[in-house]
Amino acid sequence: MEKLDQVFVHLKAAIVHLAGSFLPDWLVVIISILIPIVGIAMFGPVTMMYLTLIERKLLARIQNRLGPNRVGKFGLLQPLADGVKMLTKEDVVPTNADKIAHFLAPILIVIPALLVFAVIPFGRNMIAIDLNIGVLFFLAISATTTIFIFTAAWGSRNKFSLLGGMRSVAQMISYEIPFVLSAVPVFLITGTFSTAHIVEAQPGLHWFVWTPWGFVGFLIFFLCGVAECNRTPFDLPEAESEIIAGFHTEYSGMKFALFYMAEFMNVFTVSGLVVTLYLGGWQGPFLPSWIWFLIKTYVLILIMMWFRGTFPRVRIDQLMNFAWKFLLPLSLVNILATGVWYYLRAPLNFLISGLIVVIGFSFLMFVNRHSLPKKRIYRYA
Amino acid sequence: MDVLTLIAKFGIYFIFAFTLSAALLSVTVQNIFHAALGLAFALMGVAGVFFVLHADFLGAIQILLYVGAIMILLIFAVMLTSHIGDASVHTSNRQVYPAMILSLLLVYLLVRQIGKVTWQLKETLTSIDAVEIGKQLMGPYVLPFEIISVVLVVALIGTIVIARSDS
Amino acid sequence: MIPLNHIVVFAVLLFAIGLFGTLTRRHVVGILISIELMINAANINFIAFSRYTKASPEVGQIFAVFIVVLAAIAAAVGLAIVVAIYRNQKTIYTDEIDILKW
Repeated sequence: MEKLDQVFVHLKAAIVHLAGSFLPDWLVVIISILIPIVGIAMFGPVTMMYLTLIERKLLARIQNRLGPNRVGKFGLLQPLADGVKMLTKEDVVPTNADKIAHFLAPILIVIPALLVFAVIPFGRNMIAIDLNIGVLFFLAISATTTIFIFTAAWGSRNKFSLLGGMRSVAQMISYEIPFVLSAVPVFLITGTFSTAHIVEAQPGLHWFVWTPWGFVGFLIFFLCGVAECNRTPFDLPEAESEIIAGFHTEYSGMKFALFYMAEFMNVFTVSGLVVTLYLGGWQGPFLPSWIWFLIKTYVLILIMMWFRGTFPRVRIDQLMNFAWKFLLPLSLVNILATGVWYYLRAPLNFLISGLIVVIGFSFLMFVNRHSLPKKRIYRYA
Repeated sequence: MDVLTLIAKFGIYFIFAFTLSAALLSVTVQNIFHAALGLAFALMGVAGVFFVLHADFLGAIQILLYVGAIMILLIFAVMLTSHIGDASVHTSNRQVYPAMILSLLLVYLLVRQIGKVTWQLKETLTSIDAVEIGKQLMGPYVLPFEIISVVLVVALIGTIVIARSDS
Repeated sequence: MIPLNHIVVFAVLLFAIGLFGTLTRRHVVGILISIELMINAANINFIAFSRYTKASPEVGQIFAVFIVVLAAIAAAVGLAIVVAIYRNQKTIYTDEIDILKW
């Protein structure tokens, strides 16, 4: 079991050893840097392709129909057919569009989505770069996606795109603040920004989610991650029934494929980060570490797809209310509960920090009671 | 010379060239939205320079605050104050040549002076990590830290008051 | 790896580009963009000196953090003024805002 756990590490060591026998030293260093990069570049897009298939089949089953099942057995070759379609479509650029902004936006959106794969620990000793500002790097790079979404919206010279772009920017900057603040309790407890050390601070089954502040922090962080990826129920920027397709209306063919791929890569990396910070990363009892990581990440991704099939979209003012008036104060209360948990001793700290969290949550629900949607009464004719 | 050091130096000078060309682009193009994009790239180049100088906490803060927040503000202001069909208006005034002469004169004088200074260099280059910056901010530098939070609140209130519509 | 002079010369060049932009732009937001370039050039100088010279290393970085925050404040207040000017004068070119001339 230990060999299976470290199979990728041994594979990389074998390749570097093989290269070192007939290549000069500096080339061996460059090859050992390139191996994780090539691994991520192969793993990323292939997983994204099959995530699109899983999403379509899951949504179809929720909606009481079959998904794609004609192209290959169980629809397994559907992503390849989609790829061929997107590559061969005509690339339509509107006449009045801003050529530079329209051309650069899809390319620039994929860059942050790929860069953040570097700090996610896929398993024991399996992280591309162990930066000592790992989580801060992730948060900073994923904050740059906002400006490129606005570039895409502005460059299209289309009122629907601009509306979608503005909504997306407002949503992303509003949800960034609870996103960062709900990661702060983890930094308080572990004293480091590095993702590898955060996972090592949660040994065995002592994950952070089983503590009161960890549970609330996990919920806030996960909801803000869903909002950052522009997924339902926060997908107003690309709402198909309201503003055609939002900021990627005027993009066809390969450019749309790049937007789609960037969105799914964001879903994977945000789920990976939630797993790293709160759900114990690759820690787990029997199975190899990277299998635990993949299981936990895929459970969260399936929950995001389940949200997409079940919840209606929230309105823009409900969305902003939720971020500023509920999640932000709750994440500040969470930081207080974390401090209390850290300094008291064994059963007392759970009780008191749980009490602080429950009181804060109830107070905020009471204060926001008028913004909750009213209970619907369905009458059948 | 060691090949890896050569590649590293080439990378560092490439970051310098990228930042300077993005900055040049942002001060000379006509379309103001392209100038804002040029500034975003120049700021990312500056963050790259911070990473080269082993100030990684500051590089991450630069990207998070500048590219993630201040650029959004700038682009919103560009969007709110522009007419869509305005791309052909000349956005440089009549002082282009005197300003160019002044900038080149400033560069020449400063570079000549920099060459004459003997810096008191350290033997081994040091760097400091985020935990140490946090301890310093909560220790000797706690007063500027608290004052700047007051300044932020004041600026926030002032911005809302200035930009509010008169209704 | 790189001599200190090279980094300081790079900061001087960035400052000069920002200065050129401030003096020649007609669009008010263009002037604010150029001012941000000048502030970032000074920031690079702080970090370079904190790494290479005998000053204590944390002073440069803390100073740089405060400069970033203050530059953000300056940009925010400046842009609020730009929006207020646009609402009153309907123009944002600096040579057309001349109602205080004699």
